[in-house]
Amino acid sequence: MQGTPTGGIQQTIGDPRLQLAIYSATRRLIEHRAGAVGSERLPDYQELRTRANQIKQHTIEHLDHYLEQFESNVAAHGGKVVYCRTGEDVSDFVLGLAKERKAHLIVKSKSMTTEEVHFNERLERHQLETVETDLGEYILQLAHERPYHIVAPALHMTRYDVAELFTKTLGVAKEVEPEKQTKIARATLREKFLGADIGVTGANFLVADSGAVVLVENEGNARLSTSAPKIHIAVAGIEKVIPRAQDLAVFLDLLGRSATGQPLTVYTSFLSGPRRAGELDGPDEFYVVLLDNGRTKLLKDPEKRQSLYCIRCGACLNHCPVYRKIGGHNYPWVYSGPIGAIITPQFHGVSEDGWLPFASSLCGACAEVCPVKIEIPKLLLKLRSEVTEAKRAQGSGGVERFAFRVWAWLMTHPKTYLALARLGSKSAGLLPKVGPLGSWTSQRELPPMASQSFHRWWAQRRRS
Amino acid sequence: MISVYPHPIGGHSLQLEFVARVSLFVTCIVDQLFPRVGIAMAEVLERLGYEIDFPEAQTCCGQPAFNSGYPGEAGKVARHFLDVFRDAECIVVPSGSCTSMITHHYEDIFQQDSRRREEAHRMAPRVWEFSRFLLEVAKVDDVGARFDGVVTYHDSCHALRELRIKEGPRRLLGKVQGLTLREMEAAEECCGFGGTFSVKFPEVSGGMARTKIDSIQKTEAGTVVSIDPSCLMQLQGVIDRAGLPIRTLHLAEVLASR
Ligand code: SF4
Repeated sequence: MQGTPTGGIQQTIGDPRLQLAIYSATRRLIEHRAGAVGSERLPDYQELRTRANQIKQHTIEHLDHYLEQFESNVAAHGGKVVYCRTGEDVSDFVLGLAKERKAHLIVKSKSMTTEEVHFNERLERHQLETVETDLGEYILQLAHERPYHIVAPALHMTRYDVAELFTKTLGVAKEVEPEKQTKIARATLREKFLGADIGVTGANFLVADSGAVVLVENEGNARLSTSAPKIHIAVAGIEKVIPRAQDLAVFLDLLGRSATGQPLTVYTSFLSGPRRAGELDGPDEFYVVLLDNGRTKLLKDPEKRQSLYCIRCGACLNHCPVYRKIGGHNYPWVYSGPIGAIITPQFHGVSEDGWLPFASSLCGACAEVCPVKIEIPKLLLKLRSEVTEAKRAQGSGGVERFAFRVWAWLMTHPKTYLALARLGSKSAGLLPKVGPLGSWTSQRELPPMASQSFHRWWAQRRRS
Repeated sequence: MISVYPHPIGGHSLQLEFVARVSLFVTCIVDQLFPRVGIAMAEVLERLGYEIDFPEAQTCCGQPAFNSGYPGEAGKVARHFLDVFRDAECIVVPSGSCTSMITHHYEDIFQQDSRRREEAHRMAPRVWEFSRFLLEVAKVDDVGARFDGVVTYHDSCHALRELRIKEGPRRLLGKVQGLTLREMEAAEECCGFGGTFSVKFPEVSGGMARTKIDSIQKTEAGTVVSIDPSCLMQLQGVIDRAGLPIRTLHLAEVLASR
C-alpha cells in the first residue's frame, strides 16, 4: 500500500536474529502478564477493566473540569501547570526556564510524551545537554534510535548488541552480563544526576483531586530525576488526568500487570509540589507541562476518542502478531503496535500514514488484553473507511474502489455472479500472477479450483 | 418451526425440542473454493435428521468490503443477505468469521438505516456457526464420526474473540472415534489471513502463517482443523509452498467422515 515502508518491513521479517529478539521478548511479557491477571491471582480482573474503562470515559468526557481541578491543586501545593499546544511550546518553555536558571544539564526519565515531541533533539539544538537515565532509553540515546516499544524501549537489542554499543560509544571493555552493563550505565549516570540542574519526567497519572503526579517505574531513576535536581518538570498529555486518588486502586492494579506482569512496579512515586519548609528532599521548583499536540482534535469524535483512554501498558503490542513481525521501527511514529496504528492517523490525519489501519489482520488480540478496553479493531475499521473516503475526495484509490463497486453489484445479482464465477473457475489457472493474485502467490499456493461450486452441487442434487 | 423430534444419534432424551429445518449459508469462499466443506456440513446435518434448505440467491455476507473500508458496498451486500434469508428460521454457517460479520457487525453497518438495523437485530439470534449449532441447538457432541489420526485445532480469531467459541469444537473433535487431539502452543495466534490484509501485506501475512505452522509442526499432527475456511486456505497455501506433509480440514469434514 501507498506509504507502507515495505523495504523496512521486509528487512525486519527477513532478519532471523531480530525476529527472535522481538518474538522472545514479547513472549516473555505475554507470559508474565498471563500469570498476573489469571483468575487465581486477580479474580476481579474483568471488573477492574470495566471500571477502568468507565473512569476513563467519564474523565475524557469531562476533561476540562478535571484539568482545571488538577491545575488548582498543583498551584495550592506551590507547583505550576503550564499548558503547551505543541512540542515547540514545550521546548520553548524548558529553554526559557533553563536560560533564566542558568541550567546546562537535564536528566530525564523514560517518557513517551517527550519522545513524541522530539524533546531531546529540540533542546540539544540549543546546546542544552539532556541525558536519558532509564537504562533502555540510555542505550537508545547512545545508539541514536527511537523507542522500539512503549514499555521496553530497547526490546529489539540483545545484550550482545548492548555490549558492542557500550564499547563503541563509552570506550569500555566488552561486557555481556546485563548486571555489569547496568553498573557501567550507573557509573556514568550517577555523575549526571549529581550535576543536573533540571529533572524531566513523564507522568503515568495526574490526580485531579490531589494535584499529584504519579510515576511508576522499576529502576528508581525517575525518583532520582525528581529529587536530585533543583527543578522538576513533568511532561504529560492532557489525557493522563484521573479524577480521584482512589481511582489509582484500579489503574495501578492493571498497569503493572498488563505491562510486565508485576502486581505493582518497584517504585510508585506520588509527587505533589516542590519541597516544603521542613522537608528533607524534593525539588525547589515543580512544573507540570500539559501537552495537547493534537489530543483535543481526538475529543471531537465520540467513538474514536476512546483512543485517549490508553495508559501505555504495551500489552497490545506484545500480543499483536503484526507488531511481532514488523517490530517497532517500521511504524511511522513513536507509538507503535495497535495503539500506534489507531492514534497515528488520528494525530497526523488519515491521508498521512493511511496504510497503518490496514496493517492488521483484525485478529482482535489487542482489544482482548487492553486493560482500559479500547475497541481497537473497531477503530481500525472506522479509520479504514475514513482513509478510503479521504482517497475518494482526493481522486485516488480509484481502481480498488471500482473493484469493490463491481463486486458489490455482482454479489447482489446472483445469477450473473454465478455464471461469471463458473467461467472464471475454468480459466483461473491461466490468469497472470499480478496484482492481488501475484501478492497472494508471492507467499503461498492458490487453492485448487473446485470442479463445481456448492451452488451447482445443490442444483444437481435438487434435480435428481 | 419447532417440533418434538426423536434424536437419531447419541441416545439423547427423546423429548429434545429442536428446529427441524435449517437453511445453509455456505459463504462465498466455501461455495466457490471449498464446496466439499458445505457438502460435509449438509451431510452431518442430514445425518442428524435435519431437513436442509439452501436459498440459491445467496452470495456473500459483505465482509470483504467492510474490512477493506467500504461500508457502503458492504451494506449493499448485507441487505441482499437479509433479503435472501428473511424467512429462514435457523441459518447455519461453516465460518466463525462470516457468522460474526452478520451477528456482530451488521448493526454497525446499518447505523444510519434503522429499518435494516432492526432487521439485522432480529436476524442475529437465528444465525449459528456450525459447531455451536451442533452443541447448542442440536445438543449433540457425538455425531458418530470416525477419523484416524492426530489432529490439532486452530482457533480462528473471530470465532474465538467475537463469538467466544473455544471449547465447543474441541468437544466435538474429542468424540470422534480414532482421533487424537493434540493442542499446539500457538492455538490462539492468528493465521495471518485477514482478508485483503493477506495481499496488501503479503510478507507480514505469510510470516504470521509460518509462525503458526511452526507451532503446528511441533505437535506432529498430520491435520489442522478449524471452523473457518479462509484460515485453512491461508495455512494450506503456505504449507504447500513449504512442501510439508500436513493437511487442513474444516471441522465439518472431520465430522462427516466415518
Ligand atoms: S491501547 Fe490498551 S493495551 Fe495498548 S498500550 Fe494502551 S492501554 Fe495498553
